[in-house]
Amino acid sequence: MRHFDYARADSAQQAVAAHGSERDVSFLAGGTTLLDLVKLDIMQPQKIVDINGVALDEIERLDDGRLRIGAMVTNTALARNQRVVDDYAVLSQALLAGASTQLRNKATTGGNIMQRVRCPYFRDGVSDCNKREPGSGCAAIGGVNRTVHAVLGTSDSCIASHPSDMCVAMAAIGATVEVQGPDGTREIDFGDFHLLPGDTPAREHALEPGELITHVVLEAPLEGSRSGYLKLRDRQSYQFALASSAVIVQMDGSTIREARVAMGGVGAKPWRAPEVEAALKGKPASEKLFADAAKLAFENAIAYAHNGYKIPLGQQAIVRNLSDLTAA
Amino acid sequence: MDDNQRSSAGVELYDPENNSIQPSSSTMPSSPARRRFLQTAGISGLAVAAAPALSQVSYAGSPDQPATQTDAPPAEGKRRITLTVNGKRHQLDVTPNVILLDALRHGLKLTGTKKGCDHGQCGACTILVNGTAINSCLSLAVTHDGEEITTVEGLEKNGQQHPIQQAFLKHDAYQCGYCTAGQMMSAVAILQDESIGKSDADVREAMSGNICRCGAYKNIVAAIQSARGSMQGGNA
Repeated sequence: MRHFDYARADSAQQAVAAHGSERDVSFLAGGTTLLDLVKLDIMQPQKIVDINGVALDEIERLDDGRLRIGAMVTNTALARNQRVVDDYAVLSQALLAGASTQLRNKATTGGNIMQRVRCPYFRDGVSDCNKREPGSGCAAIGGVNRTVHAVLGTSDSCIASHPSDMCVAMAAIGATVEVQGPDGTREIDFGDFHLLPGDTPAREHALEPGELITHVVLEAPLEGSRSGYLKLRDRQSYQFALASSAVIVQMDGSTIREARVAMGGVGAKPWRAPEVEAALKGKPASEKLFADAAKLAFENAIAYAHNGYKIPLGQQAIVRNLSDLTAA
Repeated sequence: MDDNQRSSAGVELYDPENNSIQPSSSTMPSSPARRRFLQTAGISGLAVAAAPALSQVSYAGSPDQPATQTDAPPAEGKRRITLTVNGKRHQLDVTPNVILLDALRHGLKLTGTKKGCDHGQCGACTILVNGTAINSCLSLAVTHDGEEITTVEGLEKNGQQHPIQQAFLKHDAYQCGYCTAGQMMSAVAILQDESIGKSDADVREAMSGNICRCGAYKNIVAAIQSARGSMQGGNA
């Protein structure tokens, strides 16, 4: 593995100062993405700022009912947190559906948000990839694109799907990302954090150089709601989603008062589906309603050579999740 | 650090008699061209061969007396860390890019922990850090200063095999054996974790990060379930 300079920070301010907003500097949290990609020489940091000593491992309920999660809370700790289990079942389930026990023990909340795509043409270091080598093209568009390529939010430059399960749950719940930069702190709406590839797939998120994620704040839970994460994949464990859905429903008898729906595996970013939510709101629950609503999410879908199946599969992920959650 | 500086560094051992750090005879000369090739070739097999040339890890204390301390500063570009591995304290001098797995295997010669994929995909390198199972291939040694590590070599206590080792033997829970150390370390961790369920399905799910290409999964699950009873006393 390549050499790099190393600095250890004890506070977010120190971490940001050590970073210096320089290109080719990476923050190191759990390292499960970063070190993997440094070994592959896909990421080539000249300097690594270790933030494992930064105390960002608290989960606290705010007075307004929201839940504030430190960026260094591990995926395991977040999934097992009693408040998350009770109030945000969809998030706990999504986390436990991701990766393996060992990886979840190491991976962090901030790091999960920052994880990179699993497109093999990105990871191989030699194929045309606009994300890795802007302007070189996208080998996935004419290549093998069955598993980790999206049908929503893609562009002529990049069709990689966003790999996170956790982020899909957070997109459905609604959240704010708190970041610290050289000029202080700011908040980014979770829906605005990940960027669609467009013409600039190398730019993946709204962070400015040198900014560090410090917290994610979840919206207060919908009172009396039920939620769940359904992940469909080639293998039943330890595999990325082909299609997944995060659904939160608040019922009024057999009528849906409120619904929140997001999808994974099918989008170039964690994919909230407001058109599905609007179609469900105020309607009596039924399979037909679910199917009609789910269809709306894919009206603008673009299928590539091998991933067209994700359009019906994604709809089924929504329908089955809604059916399970609204069953008496 | 430029290429010349990199190639001048090597594997070093602390000499307690002279209180100095000596280049080890195993220092590998390495031309910049060869190193650049190895750096850019992202193949785990090559990374194994390249480890001594690209990442340096050496004992600060004597290998024969692992608790030996030295006041001599680490060589330029290295950092001194203390790891408590299987109950023994070790001082190591490492470049920041030394992976924990390589520090254990190359630095401490604890080769029970295996390097499989080297990318967190197979679980062969699973160890416990402060009691938690992680992939040691995806962790920098320098980030573990002061931490407690348990490897497969630390399972045995007072000449007695750990219940999970006995269970793997009894249930023939391996074929080639390459994944076994990682399987057992994951098994010990999940058997001690009250948040993980006790059914076969729960065990399979919790163990899915440990791949066995021989396909001994059925016997591995049987071994873990049989060890569950013997570990009630918290023997780990």
